Amino acid sequence: MATLEIRDLHVTVEADNATKEILKGVDLTVKQGETHAIMGPNGSGKSTLAYSIAGHPKYTITQGTVTLDGEDVLEMEVDERARAGMFLAMQYPVEVPGVSVSNFLRTSATAIRGEAPKLRTWVKEVKESMAALQMDPSFAERNVNEGFSGGEKKRHEILQMELLKPKIAILDETDSGLDVDALRVVSEGVNRVRDTGEVGTLLITHYTRILRYIKPDFVHVFANGRIAESGGAELADKLESEGYEAYVKGGASE
Amino acid sequence: MRQKASNTEAMAQAQNIPVGGTTSGSIAVAAESTVATRMSAPPSFDVADFPVPHGREEEWRFTPLERLRGLHDGTAVATGDGVRVDIDAPEGVVVESVGRDDARVGKAGVPVDRVAAQAYSAFKEAGVVTVPKETVLTEPIRIAVHGEGGVAYGHQVIELGAFAEAVVVIDHTGDAALAANVDYVLGDGAKLTVVSVQDWDDKAVHVGQHNALIGRDASFKSFVVTFGGDLVRLHPRVQYAGTGGEAELFGLYFTDAGQHQEHRLLVDHNVPHCKSNVVYKGALQGDDAHAVWIGDVLIEARAEGTDTYEMNRNLVLTDGARVDSVPNLEIETGEIVGAGHASATGRFDDEQLFYLMARGIPQQEARRLVVRGFFAELVQQIGVADIEERLITKIEEELEASVA
Repeated sequence: MATLEIRDLHVTVEADNATKEILKGVDLTVKQGETHAIMGPNGSGKSTLAYSIAGHPKYTITQGTVTLDGEDVLEMEVDERARAGMFLAMQYPVEVPGVSVSNFLRTSATAIRGEAPKLRTWVKEVKESMAALQMDPSFAERNVNEGFSGGEKKRHEILQMELLKPKIAILDETDSGLDVDALRVVSEGVNRVRDTGEVGTLLITHYTRILRYIKPDFVHVFANGRIAESGGAELADKLESEGYEAYVKGGASE
Repeated sequence: MRQKASNTEAMAQAQNIPVGGTTSGSIAVAAESTVATRMSAPPSFDVADFPVPHGREEEWRFTPLERLRGLHDGTAVATGDGVRVDIDAPEGVVVESVGRDDARVGKAGVPVDRVAAQAYSAFKEAGVVTVPKETVLTEPIRIAVHGEGGVAYGHQVIELGAFAEAVVVIDHTGDAALAANVDYVLGDGAKLTVVSVQDWDDKAVHVGQHNALIGRDASFKSFVVTFGGDLVRLHPRVQYAGTGGEAELFGLYFTDAGQHQEHRLLVDHNVPHCKSNVVYKGALQGDDAHAVWIGDVLIEARAEGTDTYEMNRNLVLTDGARVDSVPNLEIETGEIVGAGHASATGRFDDEQLFYLMARGIPQQEARRLVVRGFFAELVQQIGVADIEERLITKIEEELEASVA
């Protein structure tokens, strides 16, 4: 069973000619089949955690370890991490001019699976996943994220999650900017992948709304660059009624 | 009264594809209006009718004159070792060398700038390739122009008789300072596809005017493919000799560090009921890579029923490159089917690279994916297998050089 272990993770970024520590010792273990929600106020470092694990060059790891089944994730290139089974659904998916969605998905699936998927089954697979996410088939011919609405971008991220079948999926504010209908469709997509029991999910969110659709096994409150409190799904209810104030007092980073 | 419909539309269209978000600092995009016919001197075959350009003229303002090796100011004297031209033509094609008094020379168009006029005034003999009427070729005519290091002036005419069909590949390699014009004369109902490949060595300078005169119901398809050279400046122009003519002008360029590649197009809808479609795409990488695209379309008052569209897209792969893209449309009649233009410059940046790599795609593959995808729609239309393959190989080589 795949396990992602984050130990004492410290991360800095360069901003305005200064080095700023964003993550200040994060400890977290995510196992295949589990769903963890990470909740926290703006600026608490939630997204930094997501991007650091995925290997974005903007972030510098200064201390700590991240391992996937004992393998050192931090030593891997970005593409190697993905091939090892990590997936990051981005809050702001990037436009890639000149590359069609269908070409992108197939290239990606080929890289992740280690061989080109058989054309016939692949076409069917993509079609079904797109239909389930209520994406128009014409999507496949559009350029990656180019001119997509906010909801379309998020559906496209979850489509990739369904097709790439990661061991560990990090969803960075996948719910932000979605209306209720889109949120439901996207959440159902995430749940289909979760129901396979093959993925460990790290759901990063600012709001409790998405947790009505995706039930977490664990909820962690993120504040000031580390996990301030962990609990079960009931912790989300507490946050819903009380907000983050108890956690940010005196410790807000920005 | 001439109506100018260019400026605001160009700006609006240029913004169709977001530039602001991913384009920064080192890329400059010009999407401004010029007047298609505004040149500093009227067209002429005689170089003496053009003053030596100083660089501030509308038609020269993007071109680094000091890198023209004297082609623009009369100091470049033809040497014996300029270029070697080999023509490989299938049976039925007539290949000749003629003097400038031959009626076929200069029939498709008159030089519009000093270097084009210099080429016309200085060439010794013009090549004429004729595909007789109703001759349909199954193999391309291949014209290999190989630079041998010197200075050369040239003129080539390609004439298709009525209902003739041909594919012509003009392939430029080696090193030279070359000013050469090409005339395409299409008889009624003729179909001509031309692929002009500029695959020069690093130091080459190549300037030329390509004039197409399209007969009634004839169709002209042109691919201008520019990879090499220190400075390449081409000026494809189209006029119609009768109604029902069609022009498709496609271009691809891959501009590397230090290269200046300039494509200036004019489609003159001087006859009613003709079509034109222009698509030029370029990728740029490296310091001081400079691509210039000028797309002028003129719809004259009598050209009712015109249908025209032009587009330029640029993909900037690294910092330090510059694109000037200037679409321009002048419309003198409202009785047309359609007229439009667009220009967009986008950038392949670290965020795109991260996104693709975060989906398991290795870095080099990611770049390849983006650039191949960008050029694919044009490459596939060429229809000459060895040229398509060579083009893809070239693109791969350019990309490998950039990653290394």
